[in-house]
Amino acid sequence: MTTPRETQALLETPAEALFAALLAVLAAKGMVSEAELAARMAETDAAAPAQGARMVARAWTDPAYRALMIADGTQAAEALGIPMRGAPPLGVLENRPGRHHLVVCTLCSCYPRAVLGYPPFWFKSAAYRARAVRDPAGLIAEWGTVLAPGTEIVVVDSTADYRWMVLPQRPPGTAGWDEAALASLVREGDMIGVTVPGMGAKAG
Amino acid sequence: MTLLAPGTRVRVRDDWPEARGEAHIRTPHYLRGREGVVARHLGDFPNPEDLAFARPAAILPLYHVRFDPSAIWPPPRSAGVLLVEIFGHWLEAR
Amino acid sequence: MNGTEPGENPKRAHHDLGGVAKFLCETVDTAPHALTLFDRRVDALRQILGASGVMRVDELRRGIEAIPAAEYHRLSYYQRWVRSIADNLLRKGVVSAEELRAALAAERGDGR
Repeated sequence: MTTPRETQALLETPAEALFAALLAVLAAKGMVSEAELAARMAETDAAAPAQGARMVARAWTDPAYRALMIADGTQAAEALGIPMRGAPPLGVLENRPGRHHLVVCTLCSCYPRAVLGYPPFWFKSAAYRARAVRDPAGLIAEWGTVLAPGTEIVVVDSTADYRWMVLPQRPPGTAGWDEAALASLVREGDMIGVTVPGMGAKAG
Repeated sequence: MTLLAPGTRVRVRDDWPEARGEAHIRTPHYLRGREGVVARHLGDFPNPEDLAFARPAAILPLYHVRFDPSAIWPPPRSAGVLLVEIFGHWLEAR
Repeated sequence: MNGTEPGENPKRAHHDLGGVAKFLCETVDTAPHALTLFDRRVDALRQILGASGVMRVDELRRGIEAIPAAEYHRLSYYQRWVRSIADNLLRKGVVSAEELRAALAAERGDGR
């Protein structure tokens, strides 16, 4: 029999070794294989900010799509062929003149992975999670982002079953651009709200 | 259970299950005991407080609730609005 | 602990970070960090265990939150996941401590 202390010692095994041991035990039970892991990694790697950027560019050029995206992000993603089966419902937060949205998960790291891919390092950091709800303007200044004076920031703390992405405003000077060119302007941070498209930012 | 209508003033329960033992809670600490306004009903989802322990979980309404950060934190602060998903069992209509 | 800090409560769980004073002066590392193969493999295993109904995301999170505060902040994101997955699979009896210990010994080359 294993005591709680022995269990604790096992859990404190360096994570890389513990993971290898877990995989070996699970593989011996037929619960996971290297092929399944590889397939799952390939699927997960395919979800990336370029997916969300396609949605944003379409919304900038097609008012009906924009309305769909705001009403039902999941359907809007599927309409562009982005796989959403098994993903949590996607909510879309529309930036407008005078209103900016910033997404955070103060409890963990909830992120719209189906349309943006793996959450970035900063999104998971304690500093980001602590500061976003309390001083969002000071936080996004770390990316060099400065909003127009008088802009209200709506901070969305993603605590439960939805995942949230920001629909940023189309930058000025892009009249006549096609969808692909517009999509190339949209970065990961723009769809979380730490940056805005077309603004010189130091990272993202 | 009747759903809370958009615009309803609510108070988040000032309850601290994590201080009483093992718990998994989706209501951030900074909102306990705070008043907000229901923005909308987002849907119904199984209670994560039970799912986290592999227990049978009731399906509960989930709301988007708006809070005024100036009622929570002293200046300097820069959020105009906080918008947070809160399960119905954490909310009391005012 | 600082019971007078508004928005700060001594009963707060350590992962519940919104507005917590001690992180307010910390800068955010905005640089890109590529995930390692280890990170991606852990992520994939979590998804497989979820899809096959062995373990839910909520259980993963419970296990992460159960990691003592100092360890929680020291471990990397996916190191926390491994600890939680192991915790959950042991709790649920999906794997036993004996099996895990034997696998660790085999890895070190001192078993069998």
